[in-house]
Amino acid sequence: MAHAQDPAILTENLTRRFGDLVAVDHMDLSVGHGQVFGFLGPNGAGKTTAIAMLTTLLRPTEGRALVAGHDVERDAAGVRRAIGIVFQEPSLDERLTARENLEFHAVLYGMPRAERPQRIGEALRLVDLDDRADHIVEKFSGGMRRRLEIARGLLHVPAVLFLDEPTLGLDPQSRRSVWQHIRTLRETTGVTVFMTTHYMEEAEFCDRIAIIDHGRIVALDTPEGLKNLVGGDVVVLTTPDAQAMVDYLGTQSLDATMRDSEVRVEVDDGARFIPRVVRGFPGEIDGASLRRPTLDDVFLKLTGRTIRESELNAGDVSRSRMRRSMGSRGRR
Amino acid sequence: MTTVGPDAAEGRDVTSAAVGVRSSRTAMTVGAVGIIWKREMLRWWRDKPRIIGSTGFPLIFLLVFGSGLSGAMGSLIGDGAQAVNFEQFIFPGIIAMSVFFAALFNAVSLVYDREFGILKEVLVAPVSRAAVAFGKTLGGATVATLQGTVVFVFAPLVGIRLSPLLVLQLWPIMFLGAFALSSMGVAMAARMRSIESFQMINQFVMFPLIFLSGIFFPLQGLPPWMGVLVRVNPVSYAVDPLRRLILEAQGLPDEVLGRLSESGLALSLGGQQVGVAADIAIVAGFGIAMNVLAMWLISIRD
Ligand SMILES: Nc1ncnc2c1ncn2[C@@H]1O[C@H](COP(=O)(O)OP(=O)(O)OP(=O)(O)O)[C@@H](O)[C@H]1O
Ligand SMILES: [Mg+2]
Repeated sequence: MAHAQDPAILTENLTRRFGDLVAVDHMDLSVGHGQVFGFLGPNGAGKTTAIAMLTTLLRPTEGRALVAGHDVERDAAGVRRAIGIVFQEPSLDERLTARENLEFHAVLYGMPRAERPQRIGEALRLVDLDDRADHIVEKFSGGMRRRLEIARGLLHVPAVLFLDEPTLGLDPQSRRSVWQHIRTLRETTGVTVFMTTHYMEEAEFCDRIAIIDHGRIVALDTPEGLKNLVGGDVVVLTTPDAQAMVDYLGTQSLDATMRDSEVRVEVDDGARFIPRVVRGFPGEIDGASLRRPTLDDVFLKLTGRTIRESELNAGDVSRSRMRRSMGSRGRR
Repeated sequence: MTTVGPDAAEGRDVTSAAVGVRSSRTAMTVGAVGIIWKREMLRWWRDKPRIIGSTGFPLIFLLVFGSGLSGAMGSLIGDGAQAVNFEQFIFPGIIAMSVFFAALFNAVSLVYDREFGILKEVLVAPVSRAAVAFGKTLGGATVATLQGTVVFVFAPLVGIRLSPLLVLQLWPIMFLGAFALSSMGVAMAARMRSIESFQMINQFVMFPLIFLSGIFFPLQGLPPWMGVLVRVNPVSYAVDPLRRLILEAQGLPDEVLGRLSESGLALSLGGQQVGVAADIAIVAGFGIAMNVLAMWLISIRD
């Protein structure tokens, strides 16, 4: 029996190993009903593996997980009746038409025949594919396929909806309309959303975010709370000799990182800091900017990479391992 | 488990779909088997090169083996107008071969589904995995039966008459054999990760089964070890009733028909002709065993 007072998702020590690799490492999570919960982490962090366990596709090596009150191991059927998912990897039948793909899904999820045409029509309109409904998916572009997968994920309204990088590869307009719909859905049905994303504005939309790295949760809070981890302001200085600047800031016990000719540093009071540093390096600072921390800064602070970097260099695991062994980051 | 009953009032029901009424469990299972079957059919129907290829294939066998060898082999039983020649002997075998090749081959779609991610979509759905295996098998069996039916059009080429009644008798038997081999194919494909490795294993299994089933040669005067293999091979019992029904419907005199097994045209065990009913029972038993195996293998979670 599952009730609103149980969390929608609960994991205890959830772990998955692939041989020696620990893809998900003793993860404890609790996601309340109607929340939008986000997973933020570099490539290979274990996000998809965690979702695969929560959706009964992979068995945990250790620990347990409840989804909508059902144990993923002992009551997989109960979990499956309560969830919907948009996979990160393609999962359409390319030899069927868009409509046939949705019909296939609708029947698998037991949608009554009488409801199907209307619901399928609405889903296709939502992602702007109604004029392509009867075309074979093989001829669709990447973005169109993705939109169709999202339409399929939203076709039946589950208690818990998993979205693994749902809008990757979508143009901004499609992304907006998808999120608009998820918002409406959540208000009208109270669906719980568990998602991973690389887009900052989508992460901002989450009620709570877990930043994960190497299968572990390194931080878990609201977007605001996470930004407070960085504290103060973020200052970016442009200077020809970035290394010298980083060294200098180090002596001031400030945590600075550099990329090309840019040095990024977190300070308590940016407005006072900039004049000071400009005086200290006369004529050597070409530019300075000051901003409030973003989630990207939090991500950088906790994982040693920006989200953009982790998106671009898939498999930079060795670099992050090195950082980890250097002990540059604290863990929960 | 949907929350219905006294507890439901305490908390919001969070398990069942928030919107929409769902069909009953049984209706959902039937629906799922049906839609998985339908998808196999659509995929087959849209793959025209496959249909053309698998129609040309039996024709080549019929021409090469039938016409090519019939001169050398002469008539097998009877003489004159009432003889059974090699082409006629091999014709039911070619139907069987088309059915079985298609049934085993179609199982590759399961590996394809895994490789292209569609299987995940099916496996997270609230449908039992046994239903998934069953739907796939039925789809494969239907495709294979249709594929075998195509061979019927070549009957006049070898002087075989197929009456509508005979066709109605042949279909269920073809379907049963197709179901058995399709189950076996799905069982083999259930844990397979690449299309290439499935094709390899499939050929490895398929050729001995097909060639040691009496499709291409009369069963009389075989080396003893081969005779044993043919009788152990479940596929032989799927070929036998087709051949028997087709030859019996060609208007041969009873005394010629009586010699079917002596001449090696029908399967015998310990000197006794295996009847059509026994053939069917053996194939059905094998098919059910393979289907249960397929259901079990597909249910294993990684
Ligand atoms: N089936 C598998 N067999 C072996 N290793 C695997 C398997 N699936 C995932 N892994 C490994 O587990 C780790 C976590 O992978 P996962 O796909 O969960 O990462 P992710 O956080 O989703 O990354 P991305 O942002 O790139 O999608 C990776 O190191 C990956 O190589
Ligand atoms: Mg992933």
